[in-house]
Amino acid sequence: MAKTVDQYLDDLRGTRVWRSIFRSGTGSSTLKRALAIQQNVFLHLFSTKVRTRMLSFSATWYLGTLTLGTFLILVATGIPLMFYYHPSVPQAYADTKDLQFVVSSGLFLRNLHRWSAHAMVFLVFAHMFKVFYRGAYRTPREFNWVIGVILLLMTLLLSYTGYLLPWDQLAYWAITVGSNIASAVPVMGEKIHFLLLGGNAVNANALLRFYVLHCMILPLTAMFFVAIHFWRIRKDGGLYSHDSEPATVRANAAAAAANAKEGQ
Amino acid sequence: MADEIKKTDDVNRRQFFLKLGLGSLGIAAAGTAAFAYQYLDPNVLYEPSPVVNAGKPDRYPLGSVTIDVNSGIYIIHSDEGYFSLSAVCTHLGCMTAWKPELNMIACPCHGSKFNEDGKKIEGPAPKPLPWKRIWLNDDGDLLVDRSTDVPPLVPDSYVRV
Repeated sequence: MAKTVDQYLDDLRGTRVWRSIFRSGTGSSTLKRALAIQQNVFLHLFSTKVRTRMLSFSATWYLGTLTLGTFLILVATGIPLMFYYHPSVPQAYADTKDLQFVVSSGLFLRNLHRWSAHAMVFLVFAHMFKVFYRGAYRTPREFNWVIGVILLLMTLLLSYTGYLLPWDQLAYWAITVGSNIASAVPVMGEKIHFLLLGGNAVNANALLRFYVLHCMILPLTAMFFVAIHFWRIRKDGGLYSHDSEPATVRANAAAAAANAKEGQ
Repeated sequence: MADEIKKTDDVNRRQFFLKLGLGSLGIAAAGTAAFAYQYLDPNVLYEPSPVVNAGKPDRYPLGSVTIDVNSGIYIIHSDEGYFSLSAVCTHLGCMTAWKPELNMIACPCHGSKFNEDGKKIEGPAPKPLPWKRIWLNDDGDLLVDRSTDVPPLVPDSYVRV
């Protein structure tokens, strides 16, 4: 008798190699399924159980997941772009042109990176509006809202630093204007401006600093806070559901008790 | 015996090493911060010289306002003599342009407008365009020091040829 795909997968899960990596073995009991989440370094950030209602589109519009999706696209397209891009003057502009007109699929990767970046900024704002208007930022989720604000800042800084890298007129003047805004900080504004650009004007040092920030420091910082953000969803009681909030539960119980009394 | 030790202000061995360890870490952290700041603050800059050679004065006819886009300055030949204005907008650093048809200097970014003395006419710019030090060198070329502001409209701020 031929085995089904599920049986093959079960056999695979029973092997010593599989069990040495994933620890949990075969079986679809609640325990096994919970262990599969809990014992995976990536999945353990998430809750082992989620209410089906919370996975419906209307609950979240999937905005957080979509934001993560654009972030992953940005990492996956950004790393290949780094193979052809030199962060130097004036080579950066020529490399950008090469990526558009010479490199195979360069145009596709660059445009995917660019459009995903725009989409990510939009999705972060949409996600925050959705969380705000549902009241999902309230106790016990205040800290995760703060992490979210940090992630908003990371997103905007990633956008801003990436903007300079094509080294065209738009980039140059946008960063000139943007970095001059930093000069408006009281007392230390000029110093911040100088350290950010590595000089007095947008030049080779500024391009290199923005490149390092854009490709190393900011993405790693963002990933660090994304990990905390996801882990806190689990720690704060899973995705927000109005019906299971303590205040709502108490109010519903009180209403039910009052109804019961009237009935007597 | 144990009570006696608690009553005094002496630190025991564990507390001593804890404080020593935290203190050392604190000093190391402060040193790292100072090190990082010094490292990120460049000591040598490969930037263009602030002094610009604007060429012979007869390049600039009387009543003309001429921009040098590369160095970001205007050379203006007025009745009182030659003077130089920064072309960098005092709002957010965009390069302004002379509009002969309006007889004023205008910034393309956020619409600030200045007259040819650098005085603001309208827009978000918080300050007038600064005047720059200008002088003649031995070859008879006009030189402008972009790093030195001079007071506007005073006799010393002009060069007469």
